[in-house]
Amino acid sequence: MTLVRQTFLMARKDLRIEVRGRYAMGAALPFAGTLLIAFGLSLGPGRTLLQQAAPGLLWLAVLFSSVLSFRQAYQSEGEDGALEGLLLAPVDKAAVFLGKAVAVVLQLLVLEAIVILLVAALFGLSLGHQPAVLAGAFVLGTIGLGAVGSLFGVLNESPRARESVFPLLVLPLATPILVAGVKATSLVTVSQAAERGATSWLGLLVAFDLVFIAAGTLVFGYLLED
Amino acid sequence: MTGRRGEHVLAWVALASLAASAVMSLVVSPPDASQGQLVRLMYIHVPAAWLAYLAFGVVFVASIAYLTTKKTRWDRVAAASAEVGVLFTALAIVLGSLWGKPVWGTYWTWDPRLTTTAILLLIYVGYLAVRRLPDSPARRARWAAVVGIVGFADVPIVQLSVVWWRGLHQGATIRLLAKPTISPLMLAALLTGVAAFTITYVSLMTLRLRVGRLEDRARAEALSPRVGQPVETLLSEGAVGEVPARG
Repeated sequence: MTLVRQTFLMARKDLRIEVRGRYAMGAALPFAGTLLIAFGLSLGPGRTLLQQAAPGLLWLAVLFSSVLSFRQAYQSEGEDGALEGLLLAPVDKAAVFLGKAVAVVLQLLVLEAIVILLVAALFGLSLGHQPAVLAGAFVLGTIGLGAVGSLFGVLNESPRARESVFPLLVLPLATPILVAGVKATSLVTVSQAAERGATSWLGLLVAFDLVFIAAGTLVFGYLLED
Repeated sequence: MTGRRGEHVLAWVALASLAASAVMSLVVSPPDASQGQLVRLMYIHVPAAWLAYLAFGVVFVASIAYLTTKKTRWDRVAAASAEVGVLFTALAIVLGSLWGKPVWGTYWTWDPRLTTTAILLLIYVGYLAVRRLPDSPARRARWAAVVGIVGFADVPIVQLSVVWWRGLHQGATIRLLAKPTISPLMLAALLTGVAAFTITYVSLMTLRLRVGRLEDRARAEALSPRVGQPVETLLSEGAVGEVPARG
């Protein structure tokens, strides 16, 4: 069985769990909504400030709620010794990493589509100018986020279950995604200018994705080896 | 175990070099033309920042060495270096803030180098937090090594993103030290500071490594089925980290 096929099977397994149970989306989506409402309330009803802050708030809501998705992706492995079964199966460890990443990326893209619409409605963010660049920023950013989260999501499965360590580690590592995503988003929504700038940011996201996919594929096995 | 003697000598050398650095920076170095006495902060701020990057570079190398050789020694090196690195990164940030207040008029500015250093600190605080997670030493070493490698690989991307964030394709920030124009005495003071801090780093590392060895030995003795037998054999096999709990 090739790596691609194993990855596909892993991702399909995770997505099937999610579709049947909606464990991650059931927590992450309401959380993202709560965050957006809280951002709106804390920044006041003034339209201008909300519009300027909207790209940043959008990405913050995505980053924070993705933490819940990653936790769920590995918590389901912790139950009934599922992870041990997975390790005993003749599956490449890299496929476990990539499959989990693919499944979470797809879930997050659904989440992001809803969050973008919510932000557009709540904060008056206009999406029309460059939809391709906006979509590119979210797809590339989500791939990088999926790689980091899938790599370190195993920490959620620790026996001591100090889950607070996971966001403490992942959010600083994901700084380039936050910066590049927010900049690219605000370039195509708020300022409408400088599309060259936006493509540079997309390039940075590509670099981040490549580094983390490569690193994850190489070292993920060491996290599971027991 | 070349021993305590070497550690004592090294600690005294570190202390002496720090004293020499203090003399160089407080007495020998002239006040700066534009910054006056404030420039003396540079002689501890720059070495502290240098140590931060040195220490995290050592974590990176030791993490790779651990994953390839599985020798517990490398895990102890990475752990020790990360702790020292976090200490000096925090020191560099605090000193930089104190320096920034009179020079820039603010404790904090979202300068790329400052911001990168702050994120660097957070990543390695996360590294130390991960070290506290697993219950088995072998697993802790492997998890920490992965974080040590990935965290270091992330730093250049963070740096690049923050530089662009300040202004796309803007050159390097205002350099407080334009190297060619620095006076020889100031350069000497700076180099003395860097040397003194590096020696201090090595000295702190030897102490922390001994603590690490003692911790591992205590654990091995507690878990060893051959209680009372010399544990050095286990240690030299590098197997301590892998000793399973047998009740």
